[in-house]
Amino acid sequence: MKSRWLIPALIAVAIALPWCFYDWGHHRHAGFLLSMLSQMGMMVILALSYNMLLGQAGLFSLCHATFFGIGGYATVHLLNAVGAGDLPVPMELMPLLAGLSGLALAILFGAMATKQRATAFAMITLGISELMATAALMFHHFFGGEGGVTTNRMIENSLFGLTYASGLQVYYLILAWTVLATGLMYYLTLTPLGRMANATRDNFERAQFIGYDPRMVRFLQFALSGFFAGIGGGLYAITYEIVTFDALAAPLSANALLMAYIGGTTVFGGPILGAILITLLQSGVSLLSNSWLVYVGVMFIAMVIFAPTGLAGIIKAHGPIRHSGRLGSLVVPYLRLVIPSLGLLLGFVGIVELMSFLTIGAAQGRKLVLFGGPVDVHAALPWVISCGSLILGALWLRIEAAGFHRIWENLTAEVRR
Amino acid sequence: METVLISVLNGLVYGMLLFMLASGLTLIFSMMGVLNFAHASIYMLGAYLAFTVSRFVGFFPALIIAPILCGLIGAAIEIWGLRRVHHNGHIAELLFTFGLVFIIQRLVQMTWGMLPMAYRVPASLDFPLFVLYGANFPAYRGFMLLVSAAMLLGTWLLLKKTRIGLIIQAALTHPQMVSSLGHNVPRVFTTVFAGGCLLAGLAGVIGGNYQTTEPGMADSMGPIVFVVVVFGGLGSLAGCFVASIIMGMIQTFAVVIDYSIADLLRPMGLMLTGDTLLTEVLTVPVARIGALLPFVMMVTILFFRPRGLMGTRDT
Repeated sequence: MKSRWLIPALIAVAIALPWCFYDWGHHRHAGFLLSMLSQMGMMVILALSYNMLLGQAGLFSLCHATFFGIGGYATVHLLNAVGAGDLPVPMELMPLLAGLSGLALAILFGAMATKQRATAFAMITLGISELMATAALMFHHFFGGEGGVTTNRMIENSLFGLTYASGLQVYYLILAWTVLATGLMYYLTLTPLGRMANATRDNFERAQFIGYDPRMVRFLQFALSGFFAGIGGGLYAITYEIVTFDALAAPLSANALLMAYIGGTTVFGGPILGAILITLLQSGVSLLSNSWLVYVGVMFIAMVIFAPTGLAGIIKAHGPIRHSGRLGSLVVPYLRLVIPSLGLLLGFVGIVELMSFLTIGAAQGRKLVLFGGPVDVHAALPWVISCGSLILGALWLRIEAAGFHRIWENLTAEVRR
Repeated sequence: METVLISVLNGLVYGMLLFMLASGLTLIFSMMGVLNFAHASIYMLGAYLAFTVSRFVGFFPALIIAPILCGLIGAAIEIWGLRRVHHNGHIAELLFTFGLVFIIQRLVQMTWGMLPMAYRVPASLDFPLFVLYGANFPAYRGFMLLVSAAMLLGTWLLLKKTRIGLIIQAALTHPQMVSSLGHNVPRVFTTVFAGGCLLAGLAGVIGGNYQTTEPGMADSMGPIVFVVVVFGGLGSLAGCFVASIIMGMIQTFAVVIDYSIADLLRPMGLMLTGDTLLTEVLTVPVARIGALLPFVMMVTILFFRPRGLMGTRDT
């Protein structure tokens, strides 16, 4: 199978990537790339641990960032304690302690939240998230209020004698922990607990009849996902050396959900894909456009409606066709989808950008610049082009999608035979 | 005494506003099993639409037009969105409405900008209704109470005394049976969803100039409304009413109470000194933790009574 070499290859790429963009002229690493890769590592852990709830146990949680954040705050305080010489813990084990703090809080809140499932569970977690976010702004001793808590990661206490002064060393620490946490989470899906989580997700009454307590399964899954989220938070604190209210507020929980869902909740590796993609979008598109949240939101809703299995699910669906060697016959139908999709995309992006430059952009005093020239957002022409492209693209895509669907159905039927 | 009376009145106004939002949410939930995360976003949309409409035709026509627009938006969301994801289960529906929150939020920012709108109380209602111990009670708050009471009465009459209400109530508990009797249950669903959004829109129209009409209003209102719905018991209108009023009272009373736990301990001979996390928690006055109270209450009630105040069923 492909996956045998996929995992080592991914790790190798992750190790090599900072060196591919090494600036030999100035003998330094590309800072933007390193911070983006570090961010990806944390987000992979966050998304995977979130998927332990959403994908594997069918629990829609809205307080995942709480455990991420508490791991971050705990790490900052621990780092300060180590720096002051009160605590002999090497840097490499810091994320473990952060994970344990996440675990402790997840046990506390999990005992309440996992009494319920489905909608009521989602509501309780929303309450917990708001509770913690409000408390974080209120109690300055632990959370530092709006300014957050700062630390210094050069604590001179390392198993390997590293100082963690450079971003590269921190990145490799993050990479090591990401690989370790991912491996552990994958191992958990193979244990009886992971299997029972799937069973309670699919039919909790039957799981109950077999003699398992679904609530206990939910609780264990919740607590363990809190542990892994805490590890992610610990890495966050080490990287940025500051933890603010943002690390446990609702937008980060929503981000975890978006990454896990867009990547695909039904496949273990899906959230990894989602985390990498969303982080890329976040650091790429958010620099270019004010409205990247609209794009992510629309992408998310389109996924919920048209592809509930996420990107990884779509890729997985090609498996049987690839095995039979018929993947080639899908190339032309896919190519036929490209042009109308591009039209739709162009029209949509055009309208969104025009609208946002009309209001937000104007307030910021920015001008929309396309193809090297400024675009007058008050003129009719760009609006007409965008709307036309959107409508034409949508109609054309509808026809093409119907044709594609027919070919796809025929092909899967043939392959199955 | 005067602070108590004024706080009671203000709490009632805020509570009724909460109830307008929460009742629509509860109706939609008990009917379709869908918790509409975008409910507070519709509330925000109602306020913005009312601002725009009232600039052209004045406040009172906007009071009618904006909620209807919100109802139509709700119907469109139900027909083209929720119905399509319905067969994927409740989690998919929750996720769908959750995604809507982002989109509506940004659409509002893109259409009206990031700054607060100058959506003001209409001049005809901008006078003090009566003076209580030297403090004015604005006529607009009285008007808000009037509108929400009328809405409460209207919803109650519609649900209990009309044929439509009868079908809605029946579809709540026995959708298959109602469908077998020849009623179009999906259309009933659409009606209820649109109705809930209409109520949220109405709340937005009268709440938009009571609070401020700005892009953050959905985020600040949303969690409180969910707390109300869960506290009152998912799916119970009466519980929702009681919870709204309680929540309104708590929020307004918390602001005027300047005591902390440490003040309670002092007569018992316990004095707190030092500057640690514990003393900070104990000495923070109630007025400052007002924002925290709803969530503490929700977590507490769920711990002791998972169904909420008057809820009849688990989800």
